[in-house]
Amino acid sequence: MKAENKKSSIFTRVSDTNLLLAITIVIFFLMYIGAILFQGEGFLKPQKFFDILNNNSALIITACGMSLVMITGSIDISVGGVVALVSTCCAVYLDFHEGNIFGSILIAIGVGLLYGLVQGFLVAYLDIQPFIVSLAGMFFARGMSTIVHTAHFNVASDVFNALKNTRINVPGMGSVNRKGIYIPAYVEIGVIVALLLVVILFIVLRWTKLGRSFYAVGGNKQSALMLGINVKRTKFLAHLICGLLAGIAGYVYLLHVGSSSADNAMGMEMNAIASSIIGGTMLTGGVGNIIGTLFGVLSLSTIQNIVSGAGLGDAWWTGITIASMLCLFLVIQSVVMAQKKRALE
Amino acid sequence: MNEKRILEMRGIDKTFPGVRALQGVDFFLNEGEIHALMGENGAGKSTLIKVLTGVYTKDGGTISLQGTGEVQIHSPQDAQNLGISTVYQEITLCPNLTVAENMYIGRGKGQITNWKQMNTDAEKLLRSLDIPAKATQQLASCSIAVQQMVAIARAVDMECKVLILDEPTSSLDEQEVEKLFGLMRDLKSRGVGIIFVTHFLDQVYEVCDKITVLRDGQLVGEYEIKDLPRVQLVAKMLGKEMDDLSDIKGEGGGYQGKDSGEDVFEAKDLQSDAGIKPFDFHIKKGEVNGFTGLLGSGRSECVRAIFGADRVLKGSVKMHGKPVKIAKPIDAMKCGIAYLPEDRKVDGIVGDLSVRENIILALQVLTGFFKPFSRAKANAFADEYIKKLNIKTASADTPIKSLSGGNQQKVILARWLLMHPDYLILDEPTRGIDVGTKVDIQKLVLELASEGMSVTFISSETDEMLRTCSRLVVMRDRKVVGELSGDDLTQNKIMSTIAGGESKA
Repeated sequence: MKAENKKSSIFTRVSDTNLLLAITIVIFFLMYIGAILFQGEGFLKPQKFFDILNNNSALIITACGMSLVMITGSIDISVGGVVALVSTCCAVYLDFHEGNIFGSILIAIGVGLLYGLVQGFLVAYLDIQPFIVSLAGMFFARGMSTIVHTAHFNVASDVFNALKNTRINVPGMGSVNRKGIYIPAYVEIGVIVALLLVVILFIVLRWTKLGRSFYAVGGNKQSALMLGINVKRTKFLAHLICGLLAGIAGYVYLLHVGSSSADNAMGMEMNAIASSIIGGTMLTGGVGNIIGTLFGVLSLSTIQNIVSGAGLGDAWWTGITIASMLCLFLVIQSVVMAQKKRALE
Repeated sequence: MNEKRILEMRGIDKTFPGVRALQGVDFFLNEGEIHALMGENGAGKSTLIKVLTGVYTKDGGTISLQGTGEVQIHSPQDAQNLGISTVYQEITLCPNLTVAENMYIGRGKGQITNWKQMNTDAEKLLRSLDIPAKATQQLASCSIAVQQMVAIARAVDMECKVLILDEPTSSLDEQEVEKLFGLMRDLKSRGVGIIFVTHFLDQVYEVCDKITVLRDGQLVGEYEIKDLPRVQLVAKMLGKEMDDLSDIKGEGGGYQGKDSGEDVFEAKDLQSDAGIKPFDFHIKKGEVNGFTGLLGSGRSECVRAIFGADRVLKGSVKMHGKPVKIAKPIDAMKCGIAYLPEDRKVDGIVGDLSVRENIILALQVLTGFFKPFSRAKANAFADEYIKKLNIKTASADTPIKSLSGGNQQKVILARWLLMHPDYLILDEPTRGIDVGTKVDIQKLVLELASEGMSVTFISSETDEMLRTCSRLVVMRDRKVVGELSGDDLTQNKIMSTIAGGESKA
């Protein structure tokens, strides 16, 4: 009895955020080990893991922004559209207007910031439902990217392509191929940007007053107000940062695919939400962790890799598997939270 | 401004659509003083507090602080920065953050959170105040009482000049209240001015130095605690002078219950989870009785326990002498008990349904949803009661939300009468309705009783109770403290019973 009490007290002392983070990380590693066991080979190579990062750096960035607004108790479903809009704008600028890299980066950041600014203002200061605001934002962004340029084209700018093809070798992680040639493992620039942003956001959320305000506002808006937090400004800033991140993600996305299309990043907002939730961020607000979100993205794309590795490459199989995994995650999360609640009573 | 005066609110006005919540209220607070702010609900206490803390913006008047002179307070942050801290009745902390964070968030200048420093400071403060919580614990894992203490610890640590405690004791047990009082006295000796809002008279007389009484948004007066005996305080809050009212009894021909009737309803040792002490209660056939006491004394909680509206923890209940089990309102309804709730907007009406549908709602529940009435039958029922109760509506199909408050009340009453209950409970049926309708309802209660129905009638207006009830159960601090009937039914006697012990009026 006594031992049980002690155990439950440790269990209950952990905050919801950390508990959910732990669940996510454990599940990710179990899944990755499962992938190695069942599909062997491919997943054993470090490059497989780095490719998951390479393919998903833009998603990591948008998912981070998504987690931020979700922690604040809000939502932004326009991020996929913003990624598409930013990538088309930058591509068109680079190819048709002889633009330089610097200018294109400015465009990406500018569009993202503008989006965050407008949506944040509407949500925070005019108190409009964030879902509706960002739904409108999504339609607008998709529409605008078609207006900017409809047809699919590859960016031809040399400087851009040099940047796109830059590979940063990861020492000691390479492998030797059948002919005995050493192939170094590499990541793209986007991964560096994404991981840097993860670290920055982690620090902001953990150690700054602003970061803690996001949690407070998401936990209980009214209480946060009474505790002396500027709730409106906090919400506004969450949306602003989310918009900025979507802008950066748009550029990173372009750096990865190297082509412009109005269909770029279709459904990315939904993947971002799914990653955040798998990562332990709660739609109700107040609970979440950026590291968890990173693992959420990794889990999501590991699932996708397993599915396509099993020869079920069709889109619907991926969808069905992700849906079941999402359900499983949520069930595990809510069971653990319910257990915790019971332990408290 | 007086040397020792730290807060001066003068001529505060605040109007909400349709209500003048505060009219020219003055409030003064001195250094090292515990000042009780008293008044019935709707008297304007909360509004005054919220004006002071920047939750509401005042429409008129001035607020001055020691040292800074006149100030404008637009938000809770402003108030905090000026040294005004508040602990609200409901917990206003974030459940998802740790105890330490809840104590320190939203304060200080720096942009960086130093967790180590914060946790050590919080731990020290928690220990010095004897609060059983760990700094790193998530707030949601603490009991409500501990959460309240954390809120107080936060306020204490802000080195405020003015501390507002808005009914902080309602969720605390006696020991915790003692601890809180110790804390308050300690702060007082350090020169902090404390505004203490509570419904518990005992607590006021235990710790406070001064009392300011509000009624209907107006200042009644400021008194030294030693100059204002309890009975006087109760009289001031209710707005009655003792001497004027000593002979109101008999004026309206108060209904005298039949002595011979058998008990229709009987409860022994009944207790619900709403925080009232266990109580016994019985009512005879054709009797009208009432629960009286100040707001928050537990009168509504008692009848809610009878009706099963709150979770019943223990006690036995008999209906017509036979033991029955009432766990949910539907059980009570099946036993023939009807209950008209205090807050008709929340508990009683379905705004978008028509008058007719609202009338037949309860009957529908009893007969089951799958046996619909014929339209003609529903019409007949509705029309009968609309006429009988004199409900003023364009037609039986008018949505109930377009009716006036008094008429809405009658519709709800009609709904319950339609069930032909043996025992009818009316919780504040006359609040917020015009005088004519009030008289209608009182008359109706007496009429129903003479037809053999037992009625429990609750009202904030004592003379209304005196006119209708033959027996009054008096409550104080969630406890039944007396029962009055016959010659004891006078304003003075009621007030002295409410005030408790000390006075022999």
